[in-house]
Amino acid sequence: MNPAFRRCGDWALLVEVGGVGEVLALYDALAADPPRGVTDILPAARTLLVRFERPARHDTVESAVLKARPASGYRPVTGEVAIPVVYDGADLADVASLTGLSERAVVEAHTTTMWTVGFSGFAPGFGYLTGGDPRLNVPRRDESRVRVPAGSVALAAGFSAVYPRESPGGWQLIGRTDVTVWDVTADPPALLRPGMRVRFTEVRRA
Amino acid sequence: MRECRVLEVLATGPMTTVQDLGRPGRGDLGVCRSGAADRGALRLANRLLANPEGAAALEVTLGGLKVRARGDLLVALAGAPSPATTTDAAGRTRGIGHQAVERLPDGATLRLGAPRRGLRTYVAVRGGLDVPEVLGSRATDIMAGLGPERPAPGSLLPVGPPPAGFPVVDLAPVLELHHGEPVLQILPGPRDDWFSEEALKTLCSEPYEVTTDSNRVGMRLSGPRLERVREGELPPEGMVPGALQVPPSGRPTLFLADHPVTGGYPVIAVVRTRDVDRAAQARPGQFIRFRLARA
Repeated sequence: MNPAFRRCGDWALLVEVGGVGEVLALYDALAADPPRGVTDILPAARTLLVRFERPARHDTVESAVLKARPASGYRPVTGEVAIPVVYDGADLADVASLTGLSERAVVEAHTTTMWTVGFSGFAPGFGYLTGGDPRLNVPRRDESRVRVPAGSVALAAGFSAVYPRESPGGWQLIGRTDVTVWDVTADPPALLRPGMRVRFTEVRRA
Repeated sequence: MRECRVLEVLATGPMTTVQDLGRPGRGDLGVCRSGAADRGALRLANRLLANPEGAAALEVTLGGLKVRARGDLLVALAGAPSPATTTDAAGRTRGIGHQAVERLPDGATLRLGAPRRGLRTYVAVRGGLDVPEVLGSRATDIMAGLGPERPAPGSLLPVGPPPAGFPVVDLAPVLELHHGEPVLQILPGPRDDWFSEEALKTLCSEPYEVTTDSNRVGMRLSGPRLERVREGELPPEGMVPGALQVPPSGRPTLFLADHPVTGGYPVIAVVRTRDVDRAAQARPGQFIRFRLARA
């Protein structure tokens, strides 16, 4: 891993690596033993944003990142959750035609591969799930929906996600789950945290 | 002193929220730090009252706040200088100072007019606002919908126990927000290489207008386009307050306290942390300027 460093203002450093796997490995290594002064370590698709305060400086954070020893190869599993889904989403037919698969094959592709939470964003507890079946790489919808219900299971840009709360959204909806993925009274409040593995299972509609 | 001290909200103006210094350290769960848009002003108001700097206070946007004390309170205003008056239970009205320790006795009301300059005024109370915490903070994150209930007419905001220390000064001789165009220092990057060399020069030479499409999430700016030399999408990456993110329109958005934790448009430069507070005081219609920070 040869990280590239980009300064992000006076108190943050953007660390660029190859992809989600390397991001997570570096995230694990840094989060296990955060360098002094580091307040936030935020994994994303190809980058890790490290925010800090005194006594840390850009150069001390850079050397701490270079000294971190990310586990190489397959990273350890930090938790696994199963998410039961009713696959009756409003965009299931569109996803089928975009991928050239039947609706049944979309469901099978979504449930047979293991997903990994790469990072969070968009909303609290919204985990970008990576590593699924590459055939499920579909674009966002042309038009965003004003309201996507909480628990909607969706696809876009190679990721899958579960909407933590009702919100606007432009992802393709393929199903819904009763599992609560965001609860401010829980500790931690997010069910899906970077590095966790996720398996979707199909439940027949009641 | 009465056991139960409360700030009763009578009117909120265009927007009033409860803010503290936010909830850092949860970016990996998609939670923004949030907190006061002008952090320095919140800290100052609290220091005047000998509160911890991060005690929760009201962030009042463009004045219009009216509150009544239940129990004897000490208050301090900071941030945008709003003309402020108190009216005691006997009906006597007087003006009160900015960045000063003021008494608000039981039954007295405090009223804030529209600020002459700036956008956000902080009303701190000795003891801090003791509303319930959400994820370890009383900050209101309007983007994520996190935080205490939004104050509304009739809200009763409990005030916490007074701190052990006492105020040591009556007022803070801190410079007021100056007239004209605020000049904000920026540091290039992290994605300045996505833009033409001209783009950074343009950003640092022309004024940008704060549009009405601005709130605690960010300020959409209007001014010359910043030309990109790289096309395509940027995979989502972490954002910070002060980031100047440039969507395909070429017109930058300056992120403030409740910015999205990740974004997919390149950030050409980031406003220095100490200047983000001043950015948060720029009003829609006002022009701001950027300068490269001296290394």
